[in-house]
Amino acid sequence: MDQLLINSGFPLLSVLIFLPLAGALVLLFVKNESLCRYLALAATGVVGLLSLRLVTGFDTTTDKFQFVEHHSWIETFNINYTIGVDGISILLILLTTIIMPFCVLASWSYIKTRVQAFMVCLLIMETAMIGVFVALDFVLFYVLWEAMLIPMYLLIGIWGGPRKIYASIKFFLYTLAGSILLLVGIIWLYTTNNYSFFIPDMMWQDYPLTAQVYLFLAFFLAFAIKVPMFPFHTWLPAAHVEAPTAGSVILASILLKMGTYGFLRFALPITPEATLLLGPYVLWLSIAGIIYGGFTALAQSDMKKLIAYSSVGHMGFVTLGIFVLNVDGLEGAILQMVNHGITTGALFLCVGMIYERTHSRELRSATGVGKYMPIYITFLAFFCLSSFGFPGTNSFVGEFMILAGAFQFGIANGGFPYLALAAIPGAVLAAAYMLRMLQKIVWGGTDNPDQSWITDLNSREIVTLAPFLFFVFWIGLGPQPFLDLIHTSVTQLLHHFDAHQAQQAVAAAGAIVH
Amino acid sequence: MDYKLLIALLIPLIGTLGVMFKGDNENIREGISSVSSILLLLVVGSMIPAVLQGKTLVFPMFTILPGVSVTLRADSMSMIFAIVASSLWTIAVFYSMGYMRGLKEHAQTRFNACFALSIFGAIGVAFSDNLFTMYLFYEIVSVCTYPLVAHHQDAEGYNGARKYIIYLTTTAKAFLLPAMILIYVLTGTLDFASNIHDGVFPEGVSGTLVIMLYIFCIFGFAKNGVMPFHHWLPGAMVAPTPVSALLHAVAVVKVGVFCTTRVMLYTFGTDTMHALNLGIPTAYFVGFTVIVASIIALSKDNLKARLAYSTVSQLSYIIMGVALLTDPGIQGGLIHIVNHAFSKITLFFCAGAIYVASHKKYISELDGLGKTMPFTFGAFAIASLSMIGAPPVAGFITKWNLLIGSVEAHQLGILLILIASTLLNAAYFAPITYRAFFGKRPVGEPFTGIKEAPLSMLIPILIACTISVLIGIFPDFMLQFVKAVTG
Repeated sequence: MDQLLINSGFPLLSVLIFLPLAGALVLLFVKNESLCRYLALAATGVVGLLSLRLVTGFDTTTDKFQFVEHHSWIETFNINYTIGVDGISILLILLTTIIMPFCVLASWSYIKTRVQAFMVCLLIMETAMIGVFVALDFVLFYVLWEAMLIPMYLLIGIWGGPRKIYASIKFFLYTLAGSILLLVGIIWLYTTNNYSFFIPDMMWQDYPLTAQVYLFLAFFLAFAIKVPMFPFHTWLPAAHVEAPTAGSVILASILLKMGTYGFLRFALPITPEATLLLGPYVLWLSIAGIIYGGFTALAQSDMKKLIAYSSVGHMGFVTLGIFVLNVDGLEGAILQMVNHGITTGALFLCVGMIYERTHSRELRSATGVGKYMPIYITFLAFFCLSSFGFPGTNSFVGEFMILAGAFQFGIANGGFPYLALAAIPGAVLAAAYMLRMLQKIVWGGTDNPDQSWITDLNSREIVTLAPFLFFVFWIGLGPQPFLDLIHTSVTQLLHHFDAHQAQQAVAAAGAIVH
Repeated sequence: MDYKLLIALLIPLIGTLGVMFKGDNENIREGISSVSSILLLLVVGSMIPAVLQGKTLVFPMFTILPGVSVTLRADSMSMIFAIVASSLWTIAVFYSMGYMRGLKEHAQTRFNACFALSIFGAIGVAFSDNLFTMYLFYEIVSVCTYPLVAHHQDAEGYNGARKYIIYLTTTAKAFLLPAMILIYVLTGTLDFASNIHDGVFPEGVSGTLVIMLYIFCIFGFAKNGVMPFHHWLPGAMVAPTPVSALLHAVAVVKVGVFCTTRVMLYTFGTDTMHALNLGIPTAYFVGFTVIVASIIALSKDNLKARLAYSTVSQLSYIIMGVALLTDPGIQGGLIHIVNHAFSKITLFFCAGAIYVASHKKYISELDGLGKTMPFTFGAFAIASLSMIGAPPVAGFITKWNLLIGSVEAHQLGILLILIASTLLNAAYFAPITYRAFFGKRPVGEPFTGIKEAPLSMLIPILIACTISVLIGIFPDFMLQFVKAVTG
């Protein structure tokens, strides 16, 4: 267990995981709706504040797991409650804990029925999501991975739009289908690794290539559906469109990152050879997703669908960055996961705010509100600019690093950067669909509906959006503190990767000599 | 750390905020615009002595990644553009007060705020120390000028503005973004070189990649109006005339050519361009734009459209001069940033004055108007002489240097392009003046109600026109910056 770096003392991660759950239990006994809202806000807020301790206590010089807790759980099968944080997961945990209070705020007046149950779902969701990012035991991971489905299913199925049942079942089935093969893979790994579910022990082992390929495909199906990568994305627009605002925000900001997190945590270290073998196909699939997502987003008249398809394109950039397998690409990918969480989350909040006023997600019914909602469009404009990677905003930095990684990949592998150039139309399309949406909402055309009755944002809504804007510019103009957190883990991951390759090459050469 | 740079950048930004929050009172609002423009001019002016002594002022703001930062710098090349942008903003602010009030335009607060914000972008471009900073402000200019082009909010305005934003953002994303990232991957930094010769590319970089990057940069800065990505400029003429004047004769298009020439000289460098033989083909390529845009201008009856195509043609002079890669060529190109700005803004101001006074947009309607609007058409005549390149007006200095440059580069073809374009310039400008002063009013259309433009417009016109003449007679003040660039 040399990967562990146990921080003795306060079990911070457990508190982060179980505090929302405790909050959910308390909420079960609260009848007053208003009190429910305040309690949920308090629980998520405290978790958000406590999670800042992760940053101050995090050692950026090591790639080992930190804040580790280890307790025996089901001894018969050697299943443990082992949790920890490294550079790959820390930003995603923070993203989760910081976004959740704003999901509660965004539901303040949006959710009018069964407020208590809604808040309980949100809190259970938070427990499961934090758990997935910190789990170091594969069973623990899998349990929480599946556990996320239930509150999300309920969030869409109960508080969703007109086609909520269709959307929630589609979401449930897709994700479940993806993870069944994952379970088979986990069991194979368990039997191969001396009946241990401890994830770090499974990494960088010399599994036979055939086994690696099967494992990789199992991982790929589970995670590609979650990301979602083209062509496994069709559940996403349905789920986004029907979900309530908070549900869309959680989906876009956090759930989608589970897939790319899975690639980084499992696919790369457990199946390195298969990653090298199949990575190029994933790269071109990412390009397909970037282009497809862009064109489809351009054609949407429903604002939520537009942002949903834009997510397919943006997450294509993330998988592109992961599988070019160099420092710029990987760091850019992790940063871009955070950026997408911030920006797309904020865009869904913005659409939700329009929806609360006009009760329509159609772009046509929101045209020309700019004149009457100056504060709103100021926020919206910055988030749209951020979404298509305007320089000075967060997404630009991520996109820049990913594309720099892709260019390096091209130049290193034969000279001409075809791959990176193929991704460029995606960046152009992003500008096109985002500016189109922004233009329609702010200006419209000569036949706008009468919007003079519409009211600008209230102070609760401003408070909800302001932190997102803060992060848009902080990461956009000073990303170094964020990159410092992930740098060591990424370089070590690549170092392991190269070392493993070298070792394999030596072994192969030895085999030939014999 | 030179705080003057930061102050210069912040003045238009603070001006914008002031305009937005004091928008309900038009006197205070326009007072803020005027005061900011004058302050900016003073701050830029205060940097002149240091730069003339050969100093480079630098102000680092944000570090994004190692080698990628938002940093401001003022050297002689930035001063050329900064002086032009700040002084013409001052003049244009006063002019637009007269124009917008004269026509009782709507949404004047938005107009003034976006106007100031565009200058913020232009000043940022002028003072960029690296490609990233330049790209940042270049994109800010694109976005902030959209509301100005769409100002009238009618179908024509929306169409023009849509074309405008699609051309500018698409080319920037499709060409500049990959070029910038590839330059970063190849060199590890986006900073400009410290002189025009060395460039930033280390030995051993593939020539094919560098040529590709160069082409990307020429087309990526589509604000430079080089064909085939020039079409946004005539489309943007639906904007109110002060916008066409300041932005589409000066700030926006000069941002384009400034960026293009800055990258040609300070990223690629004359040595690399010589080595890969990029200069002369570029000169001929933009020579095509020079000639074709002039021919299109000949066919336009709409006065602003003719001026717009004239701008497309004249912008390519600047790139052509620099692409000759000889000292007089580079000097002639860069000085044309100044000369064209003052003369073309005069012409647009006149077009606006004619519209406010008579509501006439077409050249064929101008017969005999010169007698009722002698000052406006007098200024128009002088400024068009500058466009043609006749002494002693500013444009002559450009033509003179470009001709020497083409001879020194042994390019007879370029020489012929220059001569042909001069004839074309005369062919499309001279008839306007002729019609105004010597044409006959059509029968049955009396002069009732048409009189000389109001003083608030006439004074800026006369100032801009006078400067056009002065920098023709005394070119040394601006030439010293240009000569410092070539060293």
